[in-house]
Amino acid sequence: MSEQKTLFDKIWESHVVAENDDGTSLLYIDMHLTHEVTSWPGFESMRNSGRRLRRTDALLAVPDHVIPTIGQADGIKDELARVQFETLLKNCADFDVPLIPLLDERQGIVHIIGPEQGVTQPGITVVCGDSHTATHGAFGCLAFGIGSSEVEHVLSTQTLVQKRPKNMRVSIDGELPLGVSGKDLILAIIGAIGTAGGTGHVIEYVGSAIRALSMEGRMTVCNMTIEGGARAGLIAPDETTFAYVKGRPLAPGEAHWDAALNYWRSLPSDPGATYDKEISLDANSIAPQVTWGTSPEDVAPIDGRVPDPAAAADGQQRDAIQQALDYMDLSANQPIEDIKIDRAFIGSCTNGRIEDVRAAAEVAKGRKLAASVSAMVVPGSGLVKAQAEAEGLDKILLEAGFEWREPGCSMCIAMNGDILKPGERCASTSNRNFKGRQGRDSRTHLVSPAMAAAAAIEGHFVDVRALAT
Amino acid sequence: MKKFTTLSGPAAPLNMINVDTDQIIPKQYLSAISRAGLGKGLLHDFRYDMDDKEKPDFILNREPYRDAKILIAGNNFGCGSSREHAPWALDDFGIRCVIAPSFADIFFNNCVKNGVLLIVMEEAKVNQLMALADNPQSCEMTVDLEAQSITLVDGSTVSFEIESFRKHRLMNGLDDIKITLQKDAEISAFEATQKAEKPWLYLA
Repeated sequence: MSEQKTLFDKIWESHVVAENDDGTSLLYIDMHLTHEVTSWPGFESMRNSGRRLRRTDALLAVPDHVIPTIGQADGIKDELARVQFETLLKNCADFDVPLIPLLDERQGIVHIIGPEQGVTQPGITVVCGDSHTATHGAFGCLAFGIGSSEVEHVLSTQTLVQKRPKNMRVSIDGELPLGVSGKDLILAIIGAIGTAGGTGHVIEYVGSAIRALSMEGRMTVCNMTIEGGARAGLIAPDETTFAYVKGRPLAPGEAHWDAALNYWRSLPSDPGATYDKEISLDANSIAPQVTWGTSPEDVAPIDGRVPDPAAAADGQQRDAIQQALDYMDLSANQPIEDIKIDRAFIGSCTNGRIEDVRAAAEVAKGRKLAASVSAMVVPGSGLVKAQAEAEGLDKILLEAGFEWREPGCSMCIAMNGDILKPGERCASTSNRNFKGRQGRDSRTHLVSPAMAAAAAIEGHFVDVRALAT
Repeated sequence: MKKFTTLSGPAAPLNMINVDTDQIIPKQYLSAISRAGLGKGLLHDFRYDMDDKEKPDFILNREPYRDAKILIAGNNFGCGSSREHAPWALDDFGIRCVIAPSFADIFFNNCVKNGVLLIVMEEAKVNQLMALADNPQSCEMTVDLEAQSITLVDGSTVSFEIESFRKHRLMNGLDDIKITLQKDAEISAFEATQKAEKPWLYLA
């Protein structure tokens, strides 16, 4: 076996507690993030079985999925959601779990607050009962989503039984054109590899275009790795990473900073390390992307067209495209720019960070929403909201006609009342355009924050680079 | 966890690729703090119209598939959200085996934890089973995990592969947490070493 190790190999091997006879490994988990929707079964089961929480210092809870983004101070009106929310509070109190409560300025989407609070650090293992845990891989840590049974396993043992995934490398060299973001990049990657392209693998993103991304952009790329079928995405930590982590409340402090930094610098893949699967894309050729169908792989550049089912490779593909076009009420060969929207949603763990709000505000500045469109911006955390307000971005957005909301998952999963009506078409910065994801019979087009804002202003999709500045 | 040994009943064809967990069980079933009754929500938008009435044409609303025990699906079944409500809903409906050319990773793990057998099979074989399932006269199948075989109505059998660890866990209904807790000393030793090497991970 090669002595040259990938970033993934190094993290995996430094977390194996035991190798099981059946080929699985017992993997140690350094940080467990949790929220209201998927954690209750684990706590309930621990209570019933009398098992204890193994570590209260390697866990952080925050409510995000079901909370309202308007009038948070008035509480949760939906009875089921309120009970689920209160169950999280009770479980955290009973088991001594650190919790960031609602109305706390640090509260927000779990994948935004982990990095903000400094618990997301290079070289560690991070899990959460949420598939978008992949987000944290932007810091060069192994982060993946788990189900509720695995949540319970981590609560009780601080470990998981896992089969070792394979290494996949996605190389993006060149420079992303102005106006093309991390979101466009990851949509283009998913378009290239397909939604099962990364199944069984951990993807490491490398190349000059990745290095040039901010931490926010890297998080967007890693976040949607799950949409490419891989449970985890990784980006090697570098000076950009270290600068972001330094000084965060729960990051290593002065006493340990140098030791941590030394370790983090040893993490990047060794030259000559090998991968089981590789693809590369040229950053210079990537245009702003828009999804047209009901799977994140159904994506086209803004100057492209909706595909023609008749041109599909096989019968199953043809049926899939036709079903998507029927659901989305689009026709074959329709130009993407001709698609009119009713709503725009800017937010989520994919695009709810400060850079995303800035991108939307830059497009919105001095402009007005199209009369037929309603649009909302939902900051990913209270800290993002405060930062945006300090920069005056809320005023720019409000003047343009956007709603400015309180933080939460909001219309990405549409569990909190922020939901599309049947037939409504939305330019959304979230991560899934699945049938019914944003409301039954709703139509979701995934785009970057700048593209969502541009579509909201023009009333239809438009190349944000063509908007006169 | 429930053991999986054998399972007999109608196999329902769902000839679609990329069936995500939002489609398997949509958001409105995620707010409760209970697993009860999730079978009603299985494949909700395919099964019910906007007034919550059954769509008579959908496979699970037709005889004999109302009592389906097995589901046969296309590539990348169970992609998307990590919600364990997906295997809970399948199990609550009565479906404890899904056969497809490929499954998404998190869904795959969640099923093992809930005694739901996923059978990965090459596409051509899946398509043959799909065609048999499509006909009420030939949709009855028996899955035998120990023998790794599916018996069809004409008495013939189709074999399948499964990793030994998954087979072992399913057949014995093993509780992973109980097994892991037996390794408590190894976990503590790991923690002691890690704490010495990376003290910043133990600051709280």
